[in-house]
Amino acid sequence: MSRLEQQLAAGQFVVTAEIAPPKGIDTAQALEKARLMANLSAVNVTDNQGANMRMSPLAMAALLVRQGIEPILQLTCRDRNRMALQSDLLGAAALGLENLLLLSGDHARFGDHPKARSVFDLDSIQLMQTVRGLTEGTDMTGKILHGAPRFFAGAAVTPEAEPFELMFQKFAKKVQAGTRFFQTQAVYDVEKLERFMGEANRLGTPVLLGVLLLKSARMAEFLNRNIPGVRVPQALIDRLASAPVPLEEGILIAREMVGHARRLCQGAHLMTLGHEERIADILG
Amino acid sequence: MIISEQKSREELQELLEGKDRLFVIGCAVCATVCKSGGEEEVFRMQEWLATLGKETTGSVIIDEACHIMRAGRDLRQLKQQVEEADALLVMACGAGIQSISSNTDKRVIGALNTLFLGNIRRFGQYEEKCSLCGDCILNETAGICPVTNCAKGLLNGPCGGMEEGKCEADREIDCAWHLIYERLKKQNRKGVFARTVPPKNWGKVPKPGRHKIKP
Repeated sequence: MSRLEQQLAAGQFVVTAEIAPPKGIDTAQALEKARLMANLSAVNVTDNQGANMRMSPLAMAALLVRQGIEPILQLTCRDRNRMALQSDLLGAAALGLENLLLLSGDHARFGDHPKARSVFDLDSIQLMQTVRGLTEGTDMTGKILHGAPRFFAGAAVTPEAEPFELMFQKFAKKVQAGTRFFQTQAVYDVEKLERFMGEANRLGTPVLLGVLLLKSARMAEFLNRNIPGVRVPQALIDRLASAPVPLEEGILIAREMVGHARRLCQGAHLMTLGHEERIADILG
Repeated sequence: MIISEQKSREELQELLEGKDRLFVIGCAVCATVCKSGGEEEVFRMQEWLATLGKETTGSVIIDEACHIMRAGRDLRQLKQQVEEADALLVMACGAGIQSISSNTDKRVIGALNTLFLGNIRRFGQYEEKCSLCGDCILNETAGICPVTNCAKGLLNGPCGGMEEGKCEADREIDCAWHLIYERLKKQNRKGVFARTVPPKNWGKVPKPGRHKIKP
């Protein structure tokens, strides 16, 4: 059983963070960052995030295991068909990976390979069902596996998405498909978070609140313009704009959000974007 | 309707390098409506070829260039003009181009790019609604196809990129799942939301597609 699974099962408040594999084969920097996170519950390894081609997260996550750091392997439906996804999942399990985060994936149009053919052979719910099938010892066609993998699979949710009901029906389907934990998109609106968690808690699957470190008012405005499902309220933008050191204000905001997570959710997922050394400050 | 557009003149000029005599073929159906390979465009093409110092040995607008036998018959009827040409310049969709290439050993040069199966919004404005997947889910999705209208072809609701009813991949475009949700709500039914849709069977239309009407 992974540490993440154990801690959630024990009702502990979990904290995760994330690293991106390098663009290239020099893993020194990524490993250095991961070491700063080694005492967290687990470290997410992103999968060609933002549709930008980087080293396979499967390889990077396996390197973390070698270092004694517990990874969460992200796997998107964008780049692989159902055969590649299943074979990567079996490979992941053989390399000692248990935690997964299953995602649709950002559209290739946004990334550095906009001419690529996006796959989306499965969607994130179908991938979750597939993972469950594998852990039960069969592939998608029902063929028996020689040695079944063990996984602790999570999925993503955007709590602020509207209409709420449309977003929530997918959330509920993900629960039904066997999702063991959720990681949310960054949330800054506490009322919306309260509304979401009020409904989500009823389904019983732990939720890790996405906490994205705001470095400046400009960054907040950029997020509002460009990142779907992320809404930084004007009041927070004003706080960042008038702060003498915006990063310090951002860390304060992140700390407040972690506080809300402690009250409402079962964990927090920190996205610190180059300020990993400040994780301790954010956790307060 | 098959939506097509003409290749750029620069690309065409390169393709036509060393070909001085051309037989030009258009299509009376889709390429005519798309203004990419109808009578008028075939005429304009001949004018342009003349400015390049190339000779048109003849031309024909086939009534459905995708009809393989009919294309063959039309070529046979104009055998001499076809024979005189160094190449056949075809202003039809990819299916039409291949009707021609399967009826002649001559070099066939396609003048169009074929885009999609499209609906007509108004003249000159086309929209893709169906991807010809062979496994239709429209009866459950209030008549809106997520395979085509969702940029990711998702089958179980919107991705995290939906914002204010718009698509992550193109903010100008409505999120298909938002449209499906709104219309099903109006119809007061759950439709596709009542179940988890299993992975799609992409094997239903083998490549290449083939279909024979059973007697």
